[in-house]
Amino acid sequence: MSTLLEVSGVSVSFDGFRAINNLSFSIGPTELRAIIGPNGAGKTTFMDIVTGKTKPDEGRVLWGDENASLLRMSESRIAQAGVGRKFQRPTVFEDQSVFDNLMMALKKPRNPFKVLVFRPTSEDEDRVVALAEEIGLAAHLSRKSGELSHGQKQWLEIGMLLAQEPRLLLVDEPAAGMTLAEREHTTEILKEAAKTRAVVVVEHDMEFVRRLDCKVTVLHEGSVLAEGSLDHVTKNKDVIDVYLGR
Amino acid sequence: MPADAAVTDKLPHVSSSVRKYLGGSGGQAPRDRGGAAAARPRGFFANNPSVLIFIACLAVFTLAVTILSEGLGLGIISTSFVKTLGKTLCLCLVAIAMDLVWGYCGILSLGHFAFFGLGGYMIGMWLMYERTRLIVVDSLANAPLPPTPDEVRDGIATQIFGVVGASDFPAVWAFAHSLPIQLALVVIVPGLLALVFGWLAFRSRVTGVYLSILTQAMTLALALYLFQNDSGLRGNNGLSGLQNLPGLEAVPQALISVWFLWGSALALGLGYVLAAWVVSGKLGSVIRGIRDDEARVRFLGYPVEGFKLFIFTLTAVIAGIAGALYYPQAGIINPAEIAPIASIYLAVWVAIGGRGRIYGAVIGAAFVSLLSTWFTGGQAPDLPLGIYTVQWVDWWLVLLGLSFVLVTLFAPKGIGGLFDLVSHQRHPDRHGADLGPDMGSYREQEAQE
Amino acid sequence: MTRHLRPLLAALALLLAPLAAAAQTPGIQALLQENRDLIEESSRRSIGPAIDALADSGLPEAQTVMERWQDRDLYIRESDGRFFFAEETDDDAYTLTDVATGETAGEVPDDALIQLRPNGGIRKMIGAALVQFQLSDPDPATRRQALTAIGRDAEASHLAALRKSIDSEPDAVIRAAKERLERLLTIQFGESDEERVNAIESFRGDTDMDVRATLNPILATRRSVAPGDDAPADLNVARTLRPGGEALSEEEAYGLLVDEGLAQPRISRDDRRAALVANIDAGQVAGVRVSTLDTEAARDTAYAQLASLGLAEPTATEEEVRAALDAHTFFDSYFEPSVAVTQAAERALSSIELSVATNRTLDLALDALSLASIYFLAAIGLAITFGVMGVINMAHGEFIMMGAYTGYVVQQIVPDYTLSILIALPLAFAVTFAAGVAMERLVIRWLYHRPLETLLATFGISIALQQLAKNIFGTQARPLTSPDWLDGALVINDIVSISYIRIAIFVLALVFLAVFLFIMNRTRLGLEVRAVTQNPRMAASMGINPDRINMLTFGLGSGIAGIAGVAVGLYAKVTSELGQDYIVQSFMTVVVGGVGNIWGTLAGATLIGFLQKGIEWMNPSNTLAAQTYMILFIILFIQFRPRGIIALRGRAAGD
Repeated sequence: MSTLLEVSGVSVSFDGFRAINNLSFSIGPTELRAIIGPNGAGKTTFMDIVTGKTKPDEGRVLWGDENASLLRMSESRIAQAGVGRKFQRPTVFEDQSVFDNLMMALKKPRNPFKVLVFRPTSEDEDRVVALAEEIGLAAHLSRKSGELSHGQKQWLEIGMLLAQEPRLLLVDEPAAGMTLAEREHTTEILKEAAKTRAVVVVEHDMEFVRRLDCKVTVLHEGSVLAEGSLDHVTKNKDVIDVYLGR
Repeated sequence: MPADAAVTDKLPHVSSSVRKYLGGSGGQAPRDRGGAAAARPRGFFANNPSVLIFIACLAVFTLAVTILSEGLGLGIISTSFVKTLGKTLCLCLVAIAMDLVWGYCGILSLGHFAFFGLGGYMIGMWLMYERTRLIVVDSLANAPLPPTPDEVRDGIATQIFGVVGASDFPAVWAFAHSLPIQLALVVIVPGLLALVFGWLAFRSRVTGVYLSILTQAMTLALALYLFQNDSGLRGNNGLSGLQNLPGLEAVPQALISVWFLWGSALALGLGYVLAAWVVSGKLGSVIRGIRDDEARVRFLGYPVEGFKLFIFTLTAVIAGIAGALYYPQAGIINPAEIAPIASIYLAVWVAIGGRGRIYGAVIGAAFVSLLSTWFTGGQAPDLPLGIYTVQWVDWWLVLLGLSFVLVTLFAPKGIGGLFDLVSHQRHPDRHGADLGPDMGSYREQEAQE
Repeated sequence: MTRHLRPLLAALALLLAPLAAAAQTPGIQALLQENRDLIEESSRRSIGPAIDALADSGLPEAQTVMERWQDRDLYIRESDGRFFFAEETDDDAYTLTDVATGETAGEVPDDALIQLRPNGGIRKMIGAALVQFQLSDPDPATRRQALTAIGRDAEASHLAALRKSIDSEPDAVIRAAKERLERLLTIQFGESDEERVNAIESFRGDTDMDVRATLNPILATRRSVAPGDDAPADLNVARTLRPGGEALSEEEAYGLLVDEGLAQPRISRDDRRAALVANIDAGQVAGVRVSTLDTEAARDTAYAQLASLGLAEPTATEEEVRAALDAHTFFDSYFEPSVAVTQAAERALSSIELSVATNRTLDLALDALSLASIYFLAAIGLAITFGVMGVINMAHGEFIMMGAYTGYVVQQIVPDYTLSILIALPLAFAVTFAAGVAMERLVIRWLYHRPLETLLATFGISIALQQLAKNIFGTQARPLTSPDWLDGALVINDIVSISYIRIAIFVLALVFLAVFLFIMNRTRLGLEVRAVTQNPRMAASMGINPDRINMLTFGLGSGIAGIAGVAVGLYAKVTSELGQDYIVQSFMTVVVGGVGNIWGTLAGATLIGFLQKGIEWMNPSNTLAAQTYMILFIILFIQFRPRGIIALRGRAAGD
């Protein structure tokens, strides 16, 4: 299987603290992957490196068929290349309507002058409406996203990610603060998305990870501790040590 | 400003209930897709009826002043007051620029009055050069020999730069003889400065308060530079006599003041339309996104720096044009006009008017600057308090400063917020955390505007 | 003849002046009588031997006589030709004083006396002769005065007198001064080149003004021109110049030729116009229509016409000018003929300049250091509020101003300057501390996490406070006088000096650095402040009251601004705009240094202080330009270190 993203030998430290330590990771073009690990394992920093927010001290991050290096690209270029990211806390533009949020995320030219003269066609609107249906917000298109509930904001953010049509989705704790029904819905959305693209889910909640039913990577102290199915990794002695302590 | 114009000029979703049934294009099953979605393609003015209302008000205002003016009408309004009104229109225009860059894009620039001043300097150079040239040619006409170009040039230079002890043209005056070039420079010089400065600042991710201080430093540097006698722009004397249009000596100031009023009104109208058009589309959506959560916009794939630079430069150009219209009415420009304090006042106007809405900026600039003229002009009656009589010339700034604090504390939406009260606009009652990791911008409370 | 006359005259004097004591006969009066002809003749050319006779006589009265003679107080009694000092008592009567004893010798009408009126040249000669007396005067003060007088206005004749007096000089300090002056005089008046060169060499690296004042005239040059390709060999040529170069423009070079009569003058534009105007005849000049004379070329042609008609001076053409310039050599030559001396002087001066430059750098560094301390003092309060609390206080400058005005008010009440400063410092702290706490309680605490709004609100306070100060104290500057012991400067040498006020401000800055470090690292308050800075919620759950900490921190920052205000007021005038002048620099200091770190503020203040002085040094005429360039530098600096010199990295930096 070809790889979409390949991270190899990446390290980064903040003021002497090694947040990521010689981390290697790769994912194929259509794959669902969960990343778990205790607090401080470097999950968020890993996402920061892939999305260009943090520059690593050493290592390579290669992308796509041409093996382009993501380290030389700005955050916006990386996003344009097809890496979408969902933050831990839902971050949508609360001041703007659901429609505007989705329209902003829609895959279109990102250049300021093109954006200036951009006026949505009816296909664009239909696409937004379709997305809204997918995330269950079709009835709320004209509402300000600030008025939505926490779970709806999470979906809206996932919807915005889908609108970006990324080839890789990085999702940080999507289920946090959701009701059971909302979780099920979220699982569906993610599984559906992973049929056409790579999806990386960072999650604490084992139950949610189990529901995703996918390959799991366990991070600990900035490097990969174990990889495999959830059942496989939960039987790993190192993982048990890390999670339960000695 | 009409109240109902203000209400509908809000972001498009505000009037969604009105527009709801306009949607339903294509073969989609009828569903509540939100008015905003459907109404978008219906044309700019249809989506922003307030723009038309504003233009209408501006036209009525201009017409009324013209009719009441000394130059063309009944002579009820003095020429100097017509000039004050004309200048106020220019200030409204620069306030729109400030609102775009601050209220919409979240960059608290303390440098836009510097761009305003630069625009004024650029047009002032031509006005002063050309008028001095006419005077010199006139005075040399009686000489026994017809003047040579060199003599004329030396004569102009001596006239203009005598006060700073120089008699040669500095390099910056190279194009002062040409009106078209200087007009182009009105746009190019502020634009270029904004482009270079903005590129440097945004590229290094300077944001929030840092950026404000940096823009203030830029303004201070420019003002200090212009204060020098060898800056080539007459040091602290500045450029003067700008109210006299070369070749139009025969036209009375009363008439010229009305012309400038028209020009300023036209510029303000066009500026308003441009600003409304820019923020109404997706670009407006993106820059408001940058204001609220810059990092999020970046992860959506938008080159945030490019957008900021675009807005910063565009507004600098608008400020330059406003300045070029303002200073011929003021008659004089000197480096004190560019001092950092002026740019802060600009922020004060926009804040008091209500940022994040274009009409707010216009109201704030007009209201505060006219009130300031009234108070500092000595027209306001003294306030006897028994033991102490408050003289407004002395106490106006104290009042302004304190009211500014009060507005910031208790009415962050400014005067524009009053229109929301009138229209009983419903606010979302859901409270969440602040909007994003960048605490430099808005919290939820303002985001709900 | 005099030898024969002498006993005769002496006998005569005895007879004619029975009052005079016998002992003085061989004394001063006799000596004067001996030289009476010369003295009476009073001619510069012939007076020399008479002055020498007096100066070399070794008589104790000689000095007084010469001084009085120089002052035109010496008279000859017509009746007997004796010398007296005389003073006018009445309109036309004089009291005589004996030249030897100093006793009154009666009163005479003015027509009985001949006043000796030595002319300026003679008086100068007398003065020079007198110097040797002063140089060996028993009173050290007089000797020092004499040295100063010679140093100020040296003459060739002083050299010998000075040399003569050195050996007998008892005071070591004065002796050293004499030897030094001797060398200086040798440079100017030494007889052999070798002697002068040695004297010059001995002053290498000496930065005192008098050395440069002595050496510079030796290197004075005169600009001249000579035909041919080489300067005349008999002149001590400093350098040859190429016309059109930096040192000599073509116009100047040609002007030199014209002045020397070596070339024909070029007519100036004004003269040309005048000539044309003078020759206007029926709308034409030399057959050219006046109305066409609106270009330089047309006027040249018309003038050439005039010249060819003999109506105007012909003017040199461009080619002639060029040829003339090419045919001559332009050069600067020293007035001093000796090549060895000028070369030695050049060498000595360049070594002196090197050491002057070193000293200047030191002086500049001291200046920069004191500027840095002022910026540090002004910025430290801001660093606390901005760095620790993340609050931008635009009214910080006005707190500085409040501190300065507090100092002024205290001085109005307490007239003793030392005492008033001692009262003003804590009082200024108290006043601004209270103002800071009030502001924090009333305004800032509602605006935490909205820095831009804080900026605007505090700006509103800033304009209100500034106008309030204007309303109370007026617009004119108020003096804040420093105590006497802070007046003056610590002078290290001619170049390096630093005023005591600046030293005091430097010390104050150090004290504040120490106090701040102590508070932050060694006290409970500091611990709590750091806790609240890093995590307010956590701190609150540990029983720290963040409200109280914020309030105290803000008060502390403001209070320090007040003390900085007193310091700044001592050194600059107190006006309502005082704070405004420092606020931008203070922000720059904090931003450049890096937020949230006192060492960063220190580094920022040092950088900005040194930078500003450095730029001023490069362009000393223009402090405005210096500030402009400094700000531009800072804007560029931010490009490379957006978070300042000392930056926090990682998640703590908040990105």
